[in-house]
Amino acid sequence: MSASLPSVHLSPEGQLVERHWQEMQFWKRLYTWGGVLALAVILFFSLWFANETNAGKFFDRLPHFFDFVGDLIPRDWLEVPRALFDLPTPYEDGSLKFNYPDGRYYITENFYVPEYFYKMFETLNIALLATLTGFFFGFILCFLAASNLTTRRWLRFFVRRFMELLRAFPEIVIAGFFLAVLSLGPIPAVIAVAIHTIGALGKMYFEVVENADMRPDEGLRAAGGNWVERVWFGIVPQVMPNFLSYALLRFEINVRASTIIGAVGGGGIGESLRLSISRGHEAKTLAIVILLFFTIVAVDQLSAHLRKRIVGDQAFAFGA
Amino acid sequence: MNTMSAQSVDATAAKYPHIFEQPFFKRYRAPIAAVIILAYLIFSWFFFGFGKAFSEGRWDIAGAYLSDWVSYEVRPDVEYDGDYLAVEFPRFSPLGSDPDPAWLHKTSEQVERQVEVEAGAGVGTENSAFSSTGSFMVEGAPGTQEGGADSEESSGSFMAPGTQTTGAGETTEAVEPEMKTVREVVTTEVNLEIGGAQILIVPRLVTVVYENVELVIDVVPDVSVNARGALPEWAEQREAGGDIKMNFGFAGTLEVESDEVKIRKRFLGWENFWFDTYSPFWGKSFTEVVGLVFSSDRIDPEMSNAALAFNDFLYNGEWQHLDVWIKLLQTIVMAFVGTLFATFLAFPLSFAAARNITPSRLVNQGLKRFFDFLRCVDMLIWALFFTRAFGPGPLAGISAIFFTDTGTLGKLYSEALENIDDRQREGIRSVGASPVLVQRYGVIPQVLPLFASQSLYFWESNTRSATIIGAVGAGGIGLKLWEAMRTNADWENVAYMVILILITVFVFDNISNAIRSRLMGQGGERV
Repeated sequence: MSASLPSVHLSPEGQLVERHWQEMQFWKRLYTWGGVLALAVILFFSLWFANETNAGKFFDRLPHFFDFVGDLIPRDWLEVPRALFDLPTPYEDGSLKFNYPDGRYYITENFYVPEYFYKMFETLNIALLATLTGFFFGFILCFLAASNLTTRRWLRFFVRRFMELLRAFPEIVIAGFFLAVLSLGPIPAVIAVAIHTIGALGKMYFEVVENADMRPDEGLRAAGGNWVERVWFGIVPQVMPNFLSYALLRFEINVRASTIIGAVGGGGIGESLRLSISRGHEAKTLAIVILLFFTIVAVDQLSAHLRKRIVGDQAFAFGA
Repeated sequence: MNTMSAQSVDATAAKYPHIFEQPFFKRYRAPIAAVIILAYLIFSWFFFGFGKAFSEGRWDIAGAYLSDWVSYEVRPDVEYDGDYLAVEFPRFSPLGSDPDPAWLHKTSEQVERQVEVEAGAGVGTENSAFSSTGSFMVEGAPGTQEGGADSEESSGSFMAPGTQTTGAGETTEAVEPEMKTVREVVTTEVNLEIGGAQILIVPRLVTVVYENVELVIDVVPDVSVNARGALPEWAEQREAGGDIKMNFGFAGTLEVESDEVKIRKRFLGWENFWFDTYSPFWGKSFTEVVGLVFSSDRIDPEMSNAALAFNDFLYNGEWQHLDVWIKLLQTIVMAFVGTLFATFLAFPLSFAAARNITPSRLVNQGLKRFFDFLRCVDMLIWALFFTRAFGPGPLAGISAIFFTDTGTLGKLYSEALENIDDRQREGIRSVGASPVLVQRYGVIPQVLPLFASQSLYFWESNTRSATIIGAVGAGGIGLKLWEAMRTNADWENVAYMVILILITVFVFDNISNAIRSRLMGQGGERV
């Protein structure tokens, strides 16, 4: 663009400014291109490394990229609702592939819950219980980590580091440890997801608390309120909407997390999915994928709707 | 707080009716929520079977597993061999192949006993030296001429002085007889200390003194184990005459069985972290290792000592440093490449998906549903599918993160684009810029910091989640962690990997935060 500008006569001061500007522009471009180049180099080596250490090479396996679509095509499309609702199938041959009615959970004599709905319910409960636990402990810890409420530096420091540790500690290790102790079942997944949630929510919460309006607190202090009263009547009412909003956001994330933890041995729908994919049961896989997809969409929509009601438009900042 | 008179309470209540007279639901929503949550907790208690799981949980094992994170056990067994004892270490003991630790005191004596000899077996001095001091022979082996003398020397130092002459004397006669009398060194008494407990093991009797209580146990070999007197609370016997197990807390346990005594002594620290027991550097102090590394005498003629030390460290059989690091790097690469590619794809697509930039409603909605689809088919599902496509490894992880995050970032980017300030675009358009230039100068400067910040955030978050999807086979350290946990024997390796992961997450958190706060300016939008 600069070439098409009409030439103007600049005063010496103007030329100095112009030269300075050119110089700054030069360095800016240099940084940008340097950054791009560094990124490209790192990317190149990362890809090379990933390819070298992978079991199959990228270009050899690329034609198989969409093989998974084949994992999703059953011999008969009616198999999918049959798998989903545990209905008997005409292809029944005694194998695990077509044993849909075996998975039924009978609640009464005649009424049953289809297997995958039950598993999905289990996964949702893992997420919900973990979110509640995380909310409870995150709620208690966050006030101790907020600089406007806790004046003791060492306490704040300790609580913050503790929450960071809970957040960064690999969930899979907690799940694996409790699997060894409590044997198979969903409880290790609950504990693992809950521990991560305490750290994640605690961190967001103390940031909310630090941004709170301190005037109610001041009023309570003037009236002689103690620390708990100040927190409960001065801070909690103003931060609660944000707290709930973040908890809902966390719930969305936890539904996904508990599915994944389930796949590595925590029960729930994740485990069913992993098993059916590895055994090549197309109808079951597709049924689970559909169920999971619609559940996640529903949870996201519900959570977004509630968050919008609770805090309005600022609900859509995204979180850890 | 100050008290108010009844009158002033009424007056205040009358003045602010919207606070003191709220509708029922608003007034009691906290207790209602509490009741609902309580009911839910009771429900989930039964739904998940918490009571049963916790009461059946093997909490004693939990303690041992947790101790394994920072310590290791040495597990010698003392076997009863008639009137003598034999101390045996498992094959892969952390103390190497033929340990003789100082904390296990053996009282030995020299005895004569009848030993059956196979006819024709060439029993000689060298043979006996081989059997008793095999480890010494390795050094002497290459020099064939020195071999004999060496073995004599070494066996002499190992055995009691008298043995050599008698042994040698008998060798000449040992060609014919089927039964022969040999003199050998046997262990008659073993004593050791585990966490304050003094333990003395002699044939048919085990004595333990712990917390000022003395427990004497009679052992009838291969029949039964009986304690004299009542068992203290640190000892346990499931059935009369059965094994007695003693627990000395963190320091270890002792189990007296009718055929052997199992010793489990725990030491703080990670055993053989630098070199495994097969390495020539094993068991050497730091200064010795440094001395060897800089000495010119090569241990292995193939390579220098420094290279050998480095190699032995990387391929340490117990800790597998190189493998762990490669897997960790895979996890990092998965998160980095996956997020970067997702950013590259989501960036142009989000312009098409934003309704204020692309006026076609069809394109907007189509792309947004596409983003939702990518996002809501979980990362787990993508990971499982791509593991089928590429085989286990980071390519599957990269693809899974790429697919999921294209959805997430596309959604976030298009939302950000829809909230931009329109005046800048108008300004650029009014001077006659082409549509591409309008985006370049009117839109991108506004959203680029936000975009970069969101991508960085996801990069950081994916570094964490890449650990988990690794466990289903999508590459990285997750699978290694999972394997280490499944055996229930390698918790110290788990601890090592956890520490590496924590350091990585911490470092990337800080890098990402530093770049973000620069991009967004101080006190910029927190995401």
